[in-house]
Amino acid sequence: MSTPLLRLSDISHRFPDGTTALADISADIAAGSFVSLVGPSGCGKSTLLRLIAGLDLPSSGQVIWSGSKPQDVGFVFQDATLMPWASVADNVWLPHRLRGMSRDEAQPLINEALDRVGLGGRHAAYPRELSGGMRMRVSIARALSLRPRVLLMDEPFAALDEITREKLNDDLNDLWAEHKWTVIYVTHSVYEAAFLSTRILVLPGKPGRLVADAQVEAPAVRDDSWRADPHFAQISADVTGHLRSAAAHADAKRHVS
Amino acid sequence: MSVQDLLSSDGVLMRWGVPALFGIVFLASWEALVVYLSVPDYVLPGPVAIFDALVGGFGSLMGSLWVTLRITIAAFMIALVLGTGIAVLFTESRLAARALYPYAVALQVTPIVAIAPLILIWVGLDNAEAAVTILAVIAAFFPVLANMTAGLRAADQNLIDLFRLYGATRWQIIRGVRLPSALPYLLSAMKISAGLALIGTVVAEFVAGSGTSTGLAWRIIEAGNRLQVDRMFAALVLLSLLGIVLFFVLSTLEQYLLRHWHESAEKGAK
Repeated sequence: MSTPLLRLSDISHRFPDGTTALADISADIAAGSFVSLVGPSGCGKSTLLRLIAGLDLPSSGQVIWSGSKPQDVGFVFQDATLMPWASVADNVWLPHRLRGMSRDEAQPLINEALDRVGLGGRHAAYPRELSGGMRMRVSIARALSLRPRVLLMDEPFAALDEITREKLNDDLNDLWAEHKWTVIYVTHSVYEAAFLSTRILVLPGKPGRLVADAQVEAPAVRDDSWRADPHFAQISADVTGHLRSAAAHADAKRHVS
Repeated sequence: MSVQDLLSSDGVLMRWGVPALFGIVFLASWEALVVYLSVPDYVLPGPVAIFDALVGGFGSLMGSLWVTLRITIAAFMIALVLGTGIAVLFTESRLAARALYPYAVALQVTPIVAIAPLILIWVGLDNAEAAVTILAVIAAFFPVLANMTAGLRAADQNLIDLFRLYGATRWQIIRGVRLPSALPYLLSAMKISAGLALIGTVVAEFVAGSGTSTGLAWRIIEAGNRLQVDRMFAALVLLSLLGIVLFFVLSTLEQYLLRHWHESAEKGAK
């Protein structure tokens, strides 16, 4: 591996109430990789993503970017996090507006981003008029319009139905294959992680320690045949196994103490 | 439109016709009883006499209506700016909220009539209108403060994080997330506040007494002193209309501003 884009160095994080969210996390993230953070709810994976984004500071340890932290980090939250009072196009304009770009200047970026997520005809719509899946697409378009080198996603499709989620997973995979961004993707779905990632980090939680780091060797084109591939099944089973044994271990420890 | 539509429970006839019919029946019975029982005008005038008083005193009543309206609107506007400003201060600084909130509550729960004489001594001797305006502001200000504080705090935390991530300044977060999120709260506070501004104005005018103030409340006192009960009713009708118009205007504004995004405006949008 060449110089990593991002190095997580001995990161621990405690919440103000004293609970440990993360303990001793170290990992190097290579540029252009698609890294999934997998674990059950409350394992600290969202917290780790917030630390990487710089929204919170770790209690100890460091997030080290090669060079300085890139300006073009896109972030997609679990819910679409749109401004309900603004049209779809104005929502996508937001990050550009905050950087002092006028609506006219940003218009080509807005058009391109909305076209790419298949919402080219809905510029004037308001979030309330859209379905959950469409709102999520707007949210993704907003992140994409920055042409981010790094895209951070916090369970972006967790609230959607299976079919919509698979469709958006396909889209996300195509976009990533096309642009080779670095994506850090938080999910509790092992299958989602196996379908999308080049690398899976397993965080089973209590406290959030890294228990496994799996490279995913996948074909160049990931589609339904990849979902049916034995290798895909093997990776999913491995990651699930790691999660189970960590959970069992935590249970055993709880019974002893 | 078919007859069925007209007669259905939310048809035009039911919505407008039934209340109008009830009003006409009520006024007609009132007039009939007053005439039949020969009730003297200084006890209870009939609707016709009240209407005559309204037409007869139209000039002076309209002048007084304008005074009351002017003070109410000025007080309402000041309450909006003041309430919103202090609410922003409260959400941005916990220290300020801790220090000032109890006093805001104290100001709210102290009856306005009890503060009025004091304000009138300080301000009212030279300028009754300023004193009345101050009292109406005190009456109207608290719902704005309370609702705006709740509204500013209810802003979507993820959206605020998103603004921070994209490098927004504190002021951009206030303007871009907090204030728009609080808009529905502000609009419902406005409907309460406008009514309270009117009440505050009328109460303050009562306390200010005759001579120094020329609003509708003073017309009521003046007419009362002369036992012109029909004129008292005429002023009362105008006050009540004023309150209704304020409420209607603000409801319409609310529907308009929230038409795209808020659940409370859903009916208006469709």
